[in-house]
Amino acid sequence: MSATARPAAASDAERRIWDELAAIPDPEIPAIGLVDLGVIGSVAVDDDGAAWIELLPTFVGCPAIGVMQAEIERRVGALGVAKAVEVRLSFDPPWTSERITPEGRERLRRSGFAPPVMPPPTEAGSGLTELDVLDTLPPAECPYCGSRNTTLENPFGPTLCRAIYHCADCRQPFEQMKRV
Amino acid sequence: MTVADALDAPARAALAELLLTLADDELVIGFWDSEWTGIAPVLEEDVATSSIAQDEIGHAKALYELLAELTDDDPDRIAFGRAAEEYRHAALLNHARGDWAFSAARRYLYETADAVRLASLARSAHAPLAALAGKIRREETYHLMHADAWLRRLADAPAPASDRLADALRTLWPDAQEVFAPLEGEAELTRRGLLSEPMTDLHAAWQRSVRPVLEPIAGSLEEIGPSPDGRQRRTEDFRWLHREMTMVARSVEGATW
Repeated sequence: MSATARPAAASDAERRIWDELAAIPDPEIPAIGLVDLGVIGSVAVDDDGAAWIELLPTFVGCPAIGVMQAEIERRVGALGVAKAVEVRLSFDPPWTSERITPEGRERLRRSGFAPPVMPPPTEAGSGLTELDVLDTLPPAECPYCGSRNTTLENPFGPTLCRAIYHCADCRQPFEQMKRV
Repeated sequence: MTVADALDAPARAALAELLLTLADDELVIGFWDSEWTGIAPVLEEDVATSSIAQDEIGHAKALYELLAELTDDDPDRIAFGRAAEEYRHAALLNHARGDWAFSAARRYLYETADAVRLASLARSAHAPLAALAGKIRREETYHLMHADAWLRRLADAPAPASDRLADALRTLWPDAQEVFAPLEGEAELTRRGLLSEPMTDLHAAWQRSVRPVLEPIAGSLEEIGPSPDGRQRRTEDFRWLHREMTMVARSVEGATW
């Protein structure tokens, strides 16, 4: 699904907005930008010159949503390519872990966060709605030593989107961005 | 907004009632569970309970926003500007948090009922509600897994933990039915597909899924269903919580936070 993270822009203004959004860091995990995180649903500049940006929250109750909205309005507004900037929240499509780009997953790993574990490719669908799906996910890969010899210590961590793991090989606790 | 504009007055009223019950359930359980922040039995659980409570209050916020769009109201006013008697959460959420076993029992009952309800809401003909329910469901999977783990942990523990859990389940069982209490505009909701199944069907599905888990722990559970006033009854416990959760809104009128 990473291909959907950034569709071909229809206009030069939209292309510049996408570039700017890509440079805005996530407020809670600044190593990754908003486009790589997959939270930008769409960008459109209408005939009146207003920019409409759809923001897909990672978690419904994420307290960083307001910060992201304000930062998008400020930075896109400063580009001078749109007369107004409107940031709308949307859950359609829902943000899912699959929206993080390969580059984004690498950036998470380099800053000490295990990216969300993906289900085996043979598994049908991506609906994380049944307990057994969660139980069958492979353990997170340690971002420090690459080991899979890790255990989930707590599915709930310091923010809504993070879980706490421990690596049995390098003996490091680490955080994982949760799969949803 | 265009989706809501297409609905006539009776459908809007019925949908508003449904959204209010959903939002109030999530807000109230979120506030009760946030009472454990700092005093949960172990540090990991402190983090988990707080995170779950934050999720629920976040879900409530999104649901109040959907409602406010429909009724042209202010989501903060709906959340915190009403008298205690105007809340429409299920009677299950009227009780104070009690001890840890009591909170764990309630969370299991609520999460399992909410899971059945969300699966149905994800098929609602009201597209914004269906999308939100689908998104919330993905988060609730973690809550369900956690509630299930605590139920089993306490059930397998020696007395008094297992006894307290069994007592709490028996005490809460009648009020847990009220998550599926009939809504005034329910016929309107099901006729238009805004609610994809009647509450009685959802209630039956929930009973089928939880009885085999709960009866070995709590003994035989009464064959009862929801009551017509299952979302109208308020208690002293809730009036106390209401004073707590509306404190900021009441002390500084028009405050934003």
